[in-house]
Amino acid sequence: MSRSAPEPVQVIKSRRDGALLRVVDSIAYAQFLGVKVDRRGDELTAVLPYSENLIGNPVLPALHGGAIAAFLEITAVVELTWATLWQDLEAGKLDPETMASPKMPKTIDFTVDYLRSGLPRDAYARARLNRSGRRYASVHVEAWQDNRSRLFAQATGHFLMQPQSGSDS
Amino acid sequence: MANDPKTKAAAQFIDALPHSRALDMRLEAIGDGAAEISMPWDERFVGDAETGVIHGGAVSALMDTCGGAAVMSHPLSTIGTATIDLRIDYMRAATPGQRIRARAEVYHVTRSVAFVRAQALDDDPDNPVAAATGAFTFAMVKKEPK
Repeated sequence: MSRSAPEPVQVIKSRRDGALLRVVDSIAYAQFLGVKVDRRGDELTAVLPYSENLIGNPVLPALHGGAIAAFLEITAVVELTWATLWQDLEAGKLDPETMASPKMPKTIDFTVDYLRSGLPRDAYARARLNRSGRRYASVHVEAWQDNRSRLFAQATGHFLMQPQSGSDS
Repeated sequence: MANDPKTKAAAQFIDALPHSRALDMRLEAIGDGAAEISMPWDERFVGDAETGVIHGGAVSALMDTCGGAAVMSHPLSTIGTATIDLRIDYMRAATPGQRIRARAEVYHVTRSVAFVRAQALDDDPDNPVAAATGAFTFAMVKKEPK
């Protein structure tokens, strides 16, 4: 019995990137803020490129707390949605071209810690799913600018998961 | 709207914030440690293409701005504040197409911290969209020696 040949790397990459793009594109507010999402395997890093529109304190200057909160919440939602798609995606059951738009989890609550002021430059964030059940999820997000170990904000949020269309549970 | 110079300065400051302008926020009322700011529904602010509901992050931005405005208008505040933490509870989806109004009030201050409560409402005044509590940095005016 022979194993079927592994898929070419470009096929896998374009399927993963395509699905990720579908997720991010379904959040208009992510486009409005200019948020991009980088991917290494299944690991995601959200990027918030600096723009003058994100400033909340022109005197310092510093990023607006609301822009930071939104960036962290987008990171959490994208990570959660990505995690729910991953298995079907890897099993080849999802085609980014034809897949239904992903069902977004609903935010129950979101708490942001502002550790230092956001400088007028790019920001990065990664989310960790601390608990991800069928119905509820708890997500922690860390955000930094220049040094990965010097966070400028972190957040914890709880989310209500939405059953994906086509799934039977 | 109150007419004292500090409230006016706070109002001008908030109107000039680039991020608040980008979100088309409008200062409705400010003074005495309370503020009301509104934001229109806009397809650019949508968080879920399926439902057209505004993204939680946009509501966060509104709550944060409103909380900061309330702090700056507090009678014991020297101008300027920054958010220390902000927690938002999302009670329901905001109705697409409706303006969202946030009301924030400072319910306690110490020499260095202001504690704020806020609510966000759409056209249904009996069912808030979201509630927030936050802590903001605070610089209290020096009390006159008696």
